[in-house]
Amino acid sequence: MKRRVVVTGMGMVTPLGDGVDTNWRRLLAAESGIRAIQAFDTSDLATKIAGEVPVGDREAGHFNADLYMLPKDQRKVDKFILFAMAAAKQAVEDSGWKPQDEEGRNRTGVMIGAGIGGLQTIYETSLVLKERGPRRVSPFFIPSALINLASGQVSIEFGFKGPNHSVVTACATGAHAIGDAARLIEWDDADVMVAGGAEAAICRIGIAGFNACKALSTDFNDTPTMASRPWDKRRDGFVMGEGAGCLILEEYEHAKKRGAKIYAEIIGYGLSGDAYHITAPSEDGDGAQRAMKAALKRAHLNTDQIDYVNAHGTSTMADVIELGAVKRTFGADAYKLSMSSTKSATGHLLGAAGAIEAIYAIKSVIDQVVPPTLNLDEPDEGCDIDLVPKQAKQRQVRYALSNSFGFGGTNACLIVAPV
Amino acid sequence: MSDIAERVKKIVVEHLGVEAAQVKEDAKFIDDLGADSLDTVELVMAFEEEFGIEIPDDAAEKIQTVGDAIGFIKGNAKS
Repeated sequence: MKRRVVVTGMGMVTPLGDGVDTNWRRLLAAESGIRAIQAFDTSDLATKIAGEVPVGDREAGHFNADLYMLPKDQRKVDKFILFAMAAAKQAVEDSGWKPQDEEGRNRTGVMIGAGIGGLQTIYETSLVLKERGPRRVSPFFIPSALINLASGQVSIEFGFKGPNHSVVTACATGAHAIGDAARLIEWDDADVMVAGGAEAAICRIGIAGFNACKALSTDFNDTPTMASRPWDKRRDGFVMGEGAGCLILEEYEHAKKRGAKIYAEIIGYGLSGDAYHITAPSEDGDGAQRAMKAALKRAHLNTDQIDYVNAHGTSTMADVIELGAVKRTFGADAYKLSMSSTKSATGHLLGAAGAIEAIYAIKSVIDQVVPPTLNLDEPDEGCDIDLVPKQAKQRQVRYALSNSFGFGGTNACLIVAPV
Repeated sequence: MSDIAERVKKIVVEHLGVEAAQVKEDAKFIDDLGADSLDTVELVMAFEEEFGIEIPDDAAEKIQTVGDAIGFIKGNAKS
């Protein structure tokens, strides 16, 4: 019999703040984490806004890096690893999982991914190399920038010696990491996995690069909270966010045996590829549709059982392609479910998006409420299903589905259930 | 020249996150101050930067204690 995988811990840091409770409260209150970029000069950039993680006092819901890593160690990691460590520490503490013996440590693994990794570190080190030569390149440059060092650092911090792996599938990273880690538990390669995604690409080279792809919003620099507006007629590109999300995934009997609190079960996971274009999704939404169908099949669910879809919904032209795929996947049942894009509040956290959105989907099945799509003033043509405009909505949520799609035509879909 | 010793100790405190009182001249970077091999590379780079000198790899390998560093720099410093 297949081993069941449940969620026993959650942690996150996002533009809405530090911690799951802060995030969920602000999300349901329809607050936005988007603002004018404060970290660097944007005068020559087309995009001047983003979802930066608010730094400050944790009591106020802000991010205090010193709570998660000693200052001397913070210097040796890119910010994406710092965010990953914060989310992982929150999740591990929340789960209460502390392996007491070598076997327990060997059966606990880590799979945290990122879309881009240490972009700012690579940028800064390139300048050092050009201006001052190779002898001034830090010995910590490579381990600071490597994507799998998020998993590596977390494993070292906690002594988790099980599978140590990392996902790199652009904006689908977080969802793939959770789905793949769940499979490692299903297949008995581990009993517990720390799984999620992290990203910190809000830097000059990151904004310039996505601007060059014409992917970012540029029309709302003076009104940042209005910039991320999935399915709205005036949407003009995504807004970049940063942060991390981590789940503690655990084999069901293992969790029950130690009396852990169980938030939800990962019951469905589907993957597909578009084989179409490097940055655009296939226009017929075929890849998205096949990922959702695969997840439904794995979950043994019918289309009338999904009550909430946390959309990929990035506030780009692709929003309507995803909506079309949902309509074709769910048929008439698409008009009974609620679908929202929490990126309207957080911006797009790239490799962390799928992880934080899985947490939001889990919260929706626990609390029986769906978070809103901010700024949905005038839905685009054909956007006629319930997209939860502007206000959270109490409703029955039996099962929730979360979509994540990435550059390169990579699609992942997760389905979560209450236990 | 005691200024050099103070500047070396300050760099060690900053980079290794240790208390100033621990940074004695006979303290070994790896055994006593918790450094790993990458930390020692970074420390040598920081000494080069601070004192405007070049520490060749074979000399760097011999710098294992705080006193070794102060000694090398006193013998080679321009500033």
